[in-house]
Amino acid sequence: MTFSPELEARFEKFLAKYPAERKRSAMIPMLIYGQDEVGSITEELIAEVAKRVGVTPLQVNEVVGFYSMLHKKGMGKYHVQVCTNISCLLVGGAELYDQARHKLGIGHKEVRPDGRVSLEEVECMGACSWAPAIQVNYDFYHDVTPDQLDKLLDGLLAGKTPEQITEVRKVNC
Amino acid sequence: MLYNQPNPLEVRILTRRFGLPDSHTIDTYLANDGYKAFEKALGMSRDEIINEVKASGLRGRGGAGFPTGLKWGFVPKQSPKPKYIMVNADESEPGTCKDRLLIEYDPHQLIEGILIAGLAVGAETGYIYIRGEYRYLIDVMDRAIDEAYARGYLGENILGRGIKVNIATHSGAGAYECGEESALLESFEGKRGNPRIRPPFPAVAGAYQCPTVLNNVETFCAVPPIILQGGAYFAGLGTPRNGGTRLFCLSGHINKPGVYELPMGFNLMRMINEVGGGMRGGKKLKAVIPGGSSCPLLKAEECDLAMDFDTLAKANSMLGSGGVVVMDEDTCMVKAALRIMRFYAHESCGWCIPCREGTTWLRKLLQRFHDGMGQRSDIVLIGDLSKNMLGRTFCPLGDAAALPTISIVEKFRDEFEAHLDGKPCPFEHASRLVTA
Repeated sequence: MTFSPELEARFEKFLAKYPAERKRSAMIPMLIYGQDEVGSITEELIAEVAKRVGVTPLQVNEVVGFYSMLHKKGMGKYHVQVCTNISCLLVGGAELYDQARHKLGIGHKEVRPDGRVSLEEVECMGACSWAPAIQVNYDFYHDVTPDQLDKLLDGLLAGKTPEQITEVRKVNC
Repeated sequence: MLYNQPNPLEVRILTRRFGLPDSHTIDTYLANDGYKAFEKALGMSRDEIINEVKASGLRGRGGAGFPTGLKWGFVPKQSPKPKYIMVNADESEPGTCKDRLLIEYDPHQLIEGILIAGLAVGAETGYIYIRGEYRYLIDVMDRAIDEAYARGYLGENILGRGIKVNIATHSGAGAYECGEESALLESFEGKRGNPRIRPPFPAVAGAYQCPTVLNNVETFCAVPPIILQGGAYFAGLGTPRNGGTRLFCLSGHINKPGVYELPMGFNLMRMINEVGGGMRGGKKLKAVIPGGSSCPLLKAEECDLAMDFDTLAKANSMLGSGGVVVMDEDTCMVKAALRIMRFYAHESCGWCIPCREGTTWLRKLLQRFHDGMGQRSDIVLIGDLSKNMLGRTFCPLGDAAALPTISIVEKFRDEFEAHLDGKPCPFEHASRLVTA
């Protein structure tokens, strides 16, 4: 299996982080960065990671099933994650999730037919003091209002990138 | 840019560089006492460093509150195996969002904490296990680590003093359970995040079964100020046996939610009213989760207390991870219990049957209850099931699910009764009950 030169370089760096006989430690980082490039955790990716860290594909497979960010089914190019855990719930997180469901016409871990946008109701993402919060891929949006969510989703549905939707800004650097 | 305005009541020790221009860079760090504690520690013996940490009264900021100096002291002095420093940056306790800031605004403080811990126990390798959702922080941390290598604060011969410490980040992939120390170690080794049977504890057999110091981000970040200003100074900021300050994450129905660094023992009502700006919309306080969703809830009338580990334990709750979740009079406590249980049922790793089965049963019972189809006997059943999970699992997740549930059933039984006999949730508009 071939990856981009950037990902190859990253994998090499991962494998060098751990003692030579402990390459298995690189498995989960390789899977999550691999998924970012491949689009999902494919059988091919599992076999490749297994080979590189020196375990069987079955040993990788049992790990994949444990972690909620590893998806065997590909998510959309823009994966919208709405937190409804307690701090967000108290200030409108569940309502935001409902709004996203209706707007996008899809449910939990579902992808729009064109593959651009997907939705997930997620557990606490560590933005409790700036709730309700959402993430699009790895970017955080704090203190999200229904109006902002509308603008963000409208923009994504209209084919814009999150950066082009200037009314709603990610907060992380 | 800071996510919330600081408050004048804060005592900014760990957060003192927050808000400075480019506070994440080594130049800003060095210009503001950065790496001075490490240089001081270079002139101290291992025991001197550990004793200073012991004197500070620092207790683990991840949630358990175990004395840090004592934990470091458990690492064997002589070991044929290499020793490791492991940073738990898998922050995922609902209500908690402080480690994110410590890494985002001041990653070098964490590196310096790791370096000093390395000196104290003789470890030459450190890993920072960062939850997968915090991808941007992995980048922040990696850049800081690169800077530290470039300036000679990390590597094979640090500052030409013949000291060797190497640090690397490690990405998780979404699992609350991996915030538990032994599950974190399993995950770090490329396995499912199931907890290990203890003893042996990580200090003796941690990463790769080698002696390992495993602490929360905030715990490591407290170490440089302790070494620089002295353990006694840090201890004096807090209450007896509860040294220093702590980053409290205020969330929920308050006017000024945010992360604030306050002295240990700060009064909870003052925290809500004077730091958090009081209740939103002038509503009445109903309940507070004092330290992340694993903690038993406090009723409004129980909230006039000092926020330290011992006072909270006396109040039959926990200081936990510093996540203070404030709920007003319009909050449905059955719904809160349900949401909390949905979380634990989702996050239970399935290793221990009481937790795996218990959280799922409780989720179903609470869902049925909130839907208006609960039976009176269910109230007792929810309490009984929860109590049967207590102490019957390898890791604290089972307790974490049971404790808040027991407290809600005991303290808000009237709200469960108000959901009986097919009555709709008294706190919700009828239209919200229809979920597809």
